[in-house]
Amino acid sequence: MTNNNINTNQSSQKSTGNGMTVIVKTIARFIAGFIFLYGCYIILHGHLTPGGGFAGGVILSASFILLVLAFGAVEIRERSSYFFASIFESIGGLMFLFIALLGLLTGTFFFTNLLAKGTPLKILSAGIIPLANIAIGIKVGAGLLSIFLALAATHYLMKE
Amino acid sequence: MIELYLLSIAMLAAAIVAIEIKDLLAAAVAMGIVGFSVAIMFILVQAPDLAIVQIVVEILTVVFFAAAILKTTHTDTTIGKGIQTEAIFPVITFFIFGTLFILLTIYGIRALPPFGSPIMKVASHYIEYGLAQTGASNIVSAIILDYRGYDTFGEAVVLFTSVLGVVTIMRVKGRI
Amino acid sequence: MFLFIACILLIIIGLYAIITKRNILKIAIGFCMAEYGINLLFAFIGFKKNALAPIITQVDSVKNFVDPIPQALVLTAIVIGLGTTAVMLSLIIRIYEKYKTFDISEIRKLRG
Repeated sequence: MTNNNINTNQSSQKSTGNGMTVIVKTIARFIAGFIFLYGCYIILHGHLTPGGGFAGGVILSASFILLVLAFGAVEIRERSSYFFASIFESIGGLMFLFIALLGLLTGTFFFTNLLAKGTPLKILSAGIIPLANIAIGIKVGAGLLSIFLALAATHYLMKE
Repeated sequence: MIELYLLSIAMLAAAIVAIEIKDLLAAAVAMGIVGFSVAIMFILVQAPDLAIVQIVVEILTVVFFAAAILKTTHTDTTIGKGIQTEAIFPVITFFIFGTLFILLTIYGIRALPPFGSPIMKVASHYIEYGLAQTGASNIVSAIILDYRGYDTFGEAVVLFTSVLGVVTIMRVKGRI
Repeated sequence: MFLFIACILLIIIGLYAIITKRNILKIAIGFCMAEYGINLLFAFIGFKKNALAPIITQVDSVKNFVDPIPQALVLTAIVIGLGTTAVMLSLIIRIYEKYKTFDISEIRKLRG
């Protein structure tokens, strides 16, 4: 019984623990920053160009998934990654709820558009739409990172 | 228009390959081909928001399938066993249900407006007054975050529930 | 009309995989196929010939856009499909650990 446990733990560690070759590690370290910047651009310009909160959030999570795939789960220390991902997901969800409740607090109905509308085609326009985009982007990004770490990088023991 | 027809034929061929092939990793790659064809068709139908989301979501789906396959087996061991008696009943059920489904769907498609000329009753109001009432230039963003914001709120709750489900099913005994 | 029928054929191929296949991973692939087919059908319903994408680039110009409401509905449906697929795959990994096979007729016969 204990022999089965040790064998499974070692084989699953060997498949995801050590990462890939030196070429892949160098290029992944270089490109992950650019992918993160592209995701932030798509979130912030969501009310002017195609994109918005959902597309930008998934691209943000893709930059972190690239780092985990290239370096292996052992080096990224997936316990602390779990912790930060769950904190950011909760922050994103609560921020979206708070923006929606601002309408009730100031006297009109739920989810009303109460900031200034501004001139069209500028980046600081359209009321609460950029803030809601940021909240959804953080939430979707952190949630998909949690799903990936649970499916692919957990060192689980086969206790019955 | 000719590109849409060619892409739909390629998409159907890749879908049939993804279901019938014996190696499971090749089935995941064929599903990736179907997803990319759907994304290119979204661009040709003038929907760039959907194309961006479809490409990144489809890449993540293929990564999740590959993670599930590499932890388990690589080949499908149920194909080469010949026709068995317990496989006749599902095939008959599918033929009956599939014929009924096709007949009712073609009867329903004849009632839709023809391809390329939709009835835009509510959408004409959104296009006409969208910029003045919300201030956003992207009309799809104005719809999902201002005119129909409840649906986006419900979607955030559903995504949170699915993350909770996956982390609970795959937990280590004891703490996470 | 041919494009609508192509989408419905994709949905039927997905239903065929769910009903008749005996490998549990092929059933999960069938669910994903049916999702792609349904989203594509919605996007085709909102198409207007010789019209542009619904993004305003100059204020006070002539507005000839495709229908933006089906696009808004499909946008959340795509991300929810990803969540459904993730939950299915986590269940499949746990089933393999317990029974050591993907064949659903053998999973039904082993008890305990």
